[in-house]
Amino acid sequence: MSAATTAAAQKPAPAQTSLSRRGNFADRVLGTLTTAATVIILLMLCVIVGDVVIGGSRVLSWEFISAPPRNGMTAGGIFPAIFGTVTLTLLMTLAAVPAGVATAVYLTEYASSESLMARLVRVCIANLAGVPSIVFGLFGLGFFISTLGRAIDRAAYGGHLTYGQPSLIWAALTLAILTLPVVVVSTEEALRAVPRELRDASLALGATKFQTITHVVLPEALGGILTGGILAVSRGAGEVAPIMFTGAAYFLPYLPTHLNDQFMNLGYHVYVLATQSPDVDRTKPLLYGTVLVLLVLTFLLNLVAVLIRLRTRRRLQAHA
Amino acid sequence: MVSRASTNGERPASHLSLTRQVRWSERLAEALIKGVALVSIASVLLILIFVGKEALPVLTSAEVHREVSLTTLFAPNAEAGYMWQPVSEVPKYNVLPLFLGTLKVTFIALLFAVPLSILAALFVSEFAHKRAREIIKPAIELLAGIPSVVIGFFALVVLASWVQRLFGTEHRLNALVAGMGLSFAICPIVFSVSEDALRAVPNSYRSAALALGSTRAQTLLRVVLPAAAPGIAAAVVLGFGRAIGETMIVVLASGNAALLDFGWGTSTRTVTATIAQELGEVVVGSAHYDVLFFLGALLFLSTLAINLAGERFVHRMRKQLGGSQ
Repeated sequence: MSAATTAAAQKPAPAQTSLSRRGNFADRVLGTLTTAATVIILLMLCVIVGDVVIGGSRVLSWEFISAPPRNGMTAGGIFPAIFGTVTLTLLMTLAAVPAGVATAVYLTEYASSESLMARLVRVCIANLAGVPSIVFGLFGLGFFISTLGRAIDRAAYGGHLTYGQPSLIWAALTLAILTLPVVVVSTEEALRAVPRELRDASLALGATKFQTITHVVLPEALGGILTGGILAVSRGAGEVAPIMFTGAAYFLPYLPTHLNDQFMNLGYHVYVLATQSPDVDRTKPLLYGTVLVLLVLTFLLNLVAVLIRLRTRRRLQAHA
Repeated sequence: MVSRASTNGERPASHLSLTRQVRWSERLAEALIKGVALVSIASVLLILIFVGKEALPVLTSAEVHREVSLTTLFAPNAEAGYMWQPVSEVPKYNVLPLFLGTLKVTFIALLFAVPLSILAALFVSEFAHKRAREIIKPAIELLAGIPSVVIGFFALVVLASWVQRLFGTEHRLNALVAGMGLSFAICPIVFSVSEDALRAVPNSYRSAALALGSTRAQTLLRVVLPAAAPGIAAAVVLGFGRAIGETMIVVLASGNAALLDFGWGTSTRTVTATIAQELGEVVVGSAHYDVLFFLGALLFLSTLAINLAGERFVHRMRKQLGGSQ
């Protein structure tokens, strides 16, 4: 509110003439309305985070984080879910970040913006970002498990069911495709922020194009690449729909040790506790605790990413 | 721009014999990078093919047609009516209640999210100080980073109780609760696309309008907003696309009863929630399985069309403003 009125006051003032007094009123209404809307959106954020933090901190304890669930998931902790989520997102990152960075390098350093392939890649990245996450789940089931996994089983395991079932690797790859656009967009932004003079200088010194990219451009854009990776991890850690059919398990008495094991997952655990439990009142504290852990995980990652990106953007503006 | 400049810069070097040695490794690197860039194209194609493959029997297979056909999916059946009961003794697959559920929840979400987000975007781009902007924008990006299952949980546990106390709704979990929860998720996207659009309007437009004696409000409403209109339309379209595809919020908050009901206070079930809840228990290759993939394929195609439309809007706006910048 105060920001709005001061901003309005700074404007060269036609406010003395009677004609504009009406306009002045409209100005103030518009200023108030827009401020109110902004405040409401920020309140949404505060209310969600506040409620989860207050509800969750009551349950949070060392035991909750380090122990497996007990008594049909009405007591105990969530360690297997934390472990599963971290393993899953690590695997996903291993696939998504190299692919995303290479795609961004192709788009900014190699392709001319009119080339058909570059345009096609851009369209596909944009559309991939818009595909509903549940469709990724269907795709993971239809392609990775029923087709690729079965084919591997037939070829290498004599038809013995090994990879043709929901498992860690397929869930991670499904998530990698889902988060690919996040990495590409963020890396591309960072690559564009690298001043042209640096490339020119490197090339003028006799470095080849690839040397310029690996030794000059990529190190300079590291912040943005990191942001992309972190955002992808944060996104991947919170997604549930794509992994429901591709590898997440209700409950497992053991931790996943192989790529074809199933795994527990924080987000999926929330879904299971919230919908499948016969006694919601007893699981509610556990739910709050699980949601808090998930939120802390994704939120902290996001915060770091947002801060890095803010710095990159400032630099981009400085160069522009 | 940048890449073209550097290609031009390199061209003279390639005539020197010295560089010929390195060239094959350069080519290999370029080919590799180009190959990886193809992954995105391949992914979209594979999604299309493999979701489509499992959905196809709904259109072609005689075995599936004994249980379900396009007519029973989309048209009311004399005895079955508008029912989605795939696991009853006589399975009934009518998708109209699901479509209605999706549209209802999406509409409610947009009703909340669109005015709020556009006004907030106006605030950030036209009124806010630089310092306020640097707090608000990252904060809204943080809202976008909250996992949808967390928002769904919040809607289920907290929002649903508030709504019931406030409106005394028939069911505790209903379209209104799901729609409000969903609006949390689409506010950030509508906000950021609108804000980009508003910021793309050249300052000369504002200066000219103000110099001609119009007030700030007149400048915004008659000059800036019309100029940014295609971008804001894109924001709404992209928000719509995000909303119909969102799963976890509606699974947790909508109540999941497939009713053909137009009220906002009754339990409802969306297309995405149906897939999420039923695919886990269904026999692979059964008619039910194929129908769920069919729904997924429809979802994929509609979001694809929506996103393309959104981009078309953004593109049009860039083109319109491009000449004057």
